[in-house]
Amino acid sequence: MDNLDLARWQFAVTTVYHFLFVPLSIGLVFTIALMQTFYLVKKDEIYKRMVKFWGKLFLLNFAVGVVTGIMQEFQFGMNWSNFSRYVGDVFGGPLAVEALVSFFLESVFIGVWIFGWDKLPKKIHLAAIWLVALGTTISAFWILTANSFMQEPVGYVMRNGRAELVDFFALITTKQLWVTFPHVFFAALSTGSLFIAGVSAYKLLRKQEINVFKPSFQIAIVVGLVASFMVAVVGHSQAQYLVENQPMKLAASEALWETSGDPAAWTAFAFIDSTGHKNTIQIDIPGALSVLAYNKFEGSVPGMLELQEQYEEKYGPGNYIPPVRTTFWSFRIMVGAGVLMILLAMYGTFLTLRNKLLENRWYLRLMPWAIALPFIANSSGWIMREVGRQPWVVFGLQKTSDGVSPTVSTGMVATSFIGFTIVYGILAAVLVFLFIRYIRRGTEDYVNGKYNQEINVNTF
Amino acid sequence: MALETLWFILITVLFIGFFFLEGFDFGVGMLLPFIAKTDTERRVMINTIGPFWDGNEVWFITAGGAIFAAFPHWYATLFSGFYMALFLMLLALIGRGVAFEFRSKVVNATWRKTWDWVIFFGSALPPLLWGVALANFMRGVKIDESMNYVGSFWDLINIYSLFAGVSVVMMFLLHGAIFLSLKTDGVIKERVKHFALKIGAWTTFVTFIFVILSYYETDMFKDSINPGMIPLLAGIALFSVRFLLQRNRFGWAFLMTGLTIVLSTVTVFKSLFPNLMISSLNPEWSLTIYNASSSPYTLKVMTVVALTMVPIVLGYTIWTYWVFRKRVTADSHLDY
Repeated sequence: MDNLDLARWQFAVTTVYHFLFVPLSIGLVFTIALMQTFYLVKKDEIYKRMVKFWGKLFLLNFAVGVVTGIMQEFQFGMNWSNFSRYVGDVFGGPLAVEALVSFFLESVFIGVWIFGWDKLPKKIHLAAIWLVALGTTISAFWILTANSFMQEPVGYVMRNGRAELVDFFALITTKQLWVTFPHVFFAALSTGSLFIAGVSAYKLLRKQEINVFKPSFQIAIVVGLVASFMVAVVGHSQAQYLVENQPMKLAASEALWETSGDPAAWTAFAFIDSTGHKNTIQIDIPGALSVLAYNKFEGSVPGMLELQEQYEEKYGPGNYIPPVRTTFWSFRIMVGAGVLMILLAMYGTFLTLRNKLLENRWYLRLMPWAIALPFIANSSGWIMREVGRQPWVVFGLQKTSDGVSPTVSTGMVATSFIGFTIVYGILAAVLVFLFIRYIRRGTEDYVNGKYNQEINVNTF
Repeated sequence: MALETLWFILITVLFIGFFFLEGFDFGVGMLLPFIAKTDTERRVMINTIGPFWDGNEVWFITAGGAIFAAFPHWYATLFSGFYMALFLMLLALIGRGVAFEFRSKVVNATWRKTWDWVIFFGSALPPLLWGVALANFMRGVKIDESMNYVGSFWDLINIYSLFAGVSVVMMFLLHGAIFLSLKTDGVIKERVKHFALKIGAWTTFVTFIFVILSYYETDMFKDSINPGMIPLLAGIALFSVRFLLQRNRFGWAFLMTGLTIVLSTVTVFKSLFPNLMISSLNPEWSLTIYNASSSPYTLKVMTVVALTMVPIVLGYTIWTYWVFRKRVTADSHLDY
C-alpha cells in the first residue's frame, strides 16, 4: 500500500467510525428533548426518569462523537493537502460556518444541560437541550453542504489554478444538498429511535421498570416509523436525482454495464465481473429500474460503458467506473436494512396500538438485535455515496489520487492510521462496556441517588 | 482594511479565545494529580471546568475551520507539514474529551486513576505542542517553492521551540491554578494558592529566557531592540501576579494571567504579520496572508458570517460563565 491507499483507508475507517455516533446522537437528542418537553407539559416524574436514563447514554455517545469529529476537521489538511488547496476556497467555508454556528451552540449548551438540572428554571433548561438538538442538525447541514459540493460542484469558477467560490447561495440551495440533508436527518432520527426501542424491548422482555420503558418504547417507535418511512421517500428522490446528475454512480449501484432497455429492468442480485465488464449471473425484475429512476414504467437508464466513453471524451483517457461490486452491494444492504426497519417499526406501532407489546415476546427478543440495522444502513449508505463517486474526490474537478498530501510519507500515514485505529478501538470497547452497565442498571439507581458518578472512591 | 488583514486578526482573536479559555482548563487538567489528594477533591476540580471545557475547545476547532476557509494554503501546509505533532495533539484531545465523561462513571480506583492520567497527558501535551508550533511559525520552517513543508517532525524540535512549549505549559498551569482559586474553597484553594506562588516565579523566568532566545532565533526584534508596548505590558501583567496572589486578590491575578496570555498571543501574531509561516529555505517561499488566502468573494461571505456569529457566541458563552459562577465544593452536586 502506498500513502494514497493508506490515506483513503484512514479516511474511510475514521469517517465511518465517526458516523456511527453522529446519527445516534442526533436521533437521541431529539427524542430526549421530546421526552423532556412531555415532562414539562405533563409534570410527570416518569418522563424525568426517562430523560435522565436516555440522557446518560446520549452523553456517553455524544462524547465519542465529538472527539472523533475533531479528527475529521483536520484530516483534510493532514492527508489531503492538495485537495484542500484546490477546493479550499469553496470547501473551507462550510466547515468554518459549521464550527462557528453549530459546534459552539452544541458544546456550550450541552454543558448548560448537564450541569443546569435544578440550577436553572425548567423552561430554560429545556431550551438548552433543544438548542443542542438544533446545533447537531445545523452541523449536519453544513457538513453535507461541503459533501454535496464534492458530489456535484456548483457556485464556483476555475481561477488562479483552483476552484473559487462565486455564488455562496448556489452552494446552499443546490438540489443535491436538499435531497441529501433530509435523508441523513431522518436516518439519524430513525437510528436514535430504533436504539431506544431496542433497549426498551430488552428491559421489557425482562419485565424491568415497565412504567419507564413502555412509554419510552412507544415514543421511540412512533418517531422511528415516521422517520424510517421518510428516509425511504427522500431516498427515492435522491435516486431520481442521481440519474440526472451522477448517472455513473447510479449505473454502478445497479451493476448496469450496458445501457438498459426501455423500460429498464432492476437487478436484484448479480455476480459481478468488474474486469470483464459484465455480470455472470443476474436476477432482474422487469421495469422496476424505470420506476426507481423516473417514477413510470418507461425510460432507459444509461449504462457504465456508454458513460465511460462519454467521460473519456470529456475528461480525457482514464477509468471512470467506480468499484462496482462495493457500490452495488452497499446500495442493496442499505435498502434492505431500511426496509426491515420500516417493517419492524410498523409492527411495533401496531402492537402498541393493540396494547399487545408485552405479550409478544419474540418481537421483544428481536428488537435489541434490530439496533444494528440503522448502523448498517447508515454506513453502507455513505459507502455507496462516496465509493460511487470514485475516481473523483470532487466530481469532474479533481481525482482522488490528485488530492493526497504530496509530502506526507507512507510511514507517517501508517503511524497515524494505526494510532487512531487503536484509540478508536479502545473507545468503542469502553463505550459498549458502559452502555451495557447503564442499561442493566436502568433508572432505579437514579431514583435511589446511587448512580456511579455520585459515589466517590476513597482509596487514593 | 484589506479582508486578508481582517481575517488574520479574526484568527488571532480565535487563538486568543482558545488560549485564554482552554488555557485554564488545560491547567486544571494538568494540576489534577498534584493538587487533589482524594477522589472527592479530584471530582471537585474536574467539575470546576465541567460546564466549560467543551465550549472552550471549540475555539480551537473554529480556528482550524477559519484557517481552512480564509487561508486554505496555510491549512494545507500547516497540517500536512506538522503532521506528527498534530497527530499527537489529536490523540491527546480525543483521550481527554472522553476521559471527563468516562472517569466518574465506574466506582473503581484503578479505572478513575487511569482516566485521570489520560486527563493529565491530554491537558499537558496540547499546550506543549502549541508552544513548539508557534515558535516554529516565528523561527521559520523548511517550506519549498510549492508551499509544502519538506522537513521532518524532529526539525520542529529544538531548544527554542521546547522553551516555547514549556513556557506555554507553565503559563497554563499558573492560569489554571488561579482559576481554581476562584472556583473552589477551603483546602484546595489553599493548595493552589501555594502552588501558584511557586510556579509563578518559574513561569516568569522561563518566559523571560524565551524572549531572550527570540532575539537570536527570530526576526521579532529586527527593526529595533524595543519590543513595544504590548509585550512590555504582558511582562508587567505577569510580574504583578505574585503580588496580587500574596494579597489574596485572586480575581485580579486571574485577570493578569489572562492579560499575559492575550498580549503574548497578540505579540506572536503581530510579529508574524503579514507572514503566516516563514520559509527558512527562501523568504520568497513564505506563506503570507496574500499568497495563502481565499478569494475576495469567499472572504467577504465569511466576514459577514463571522461578524454576525462571533458576538452571539460570545454572548451565550459569557452567560454560561455567569450561570455557573458558584464555587464548587465537596458538598456541591458533582455531575462529572
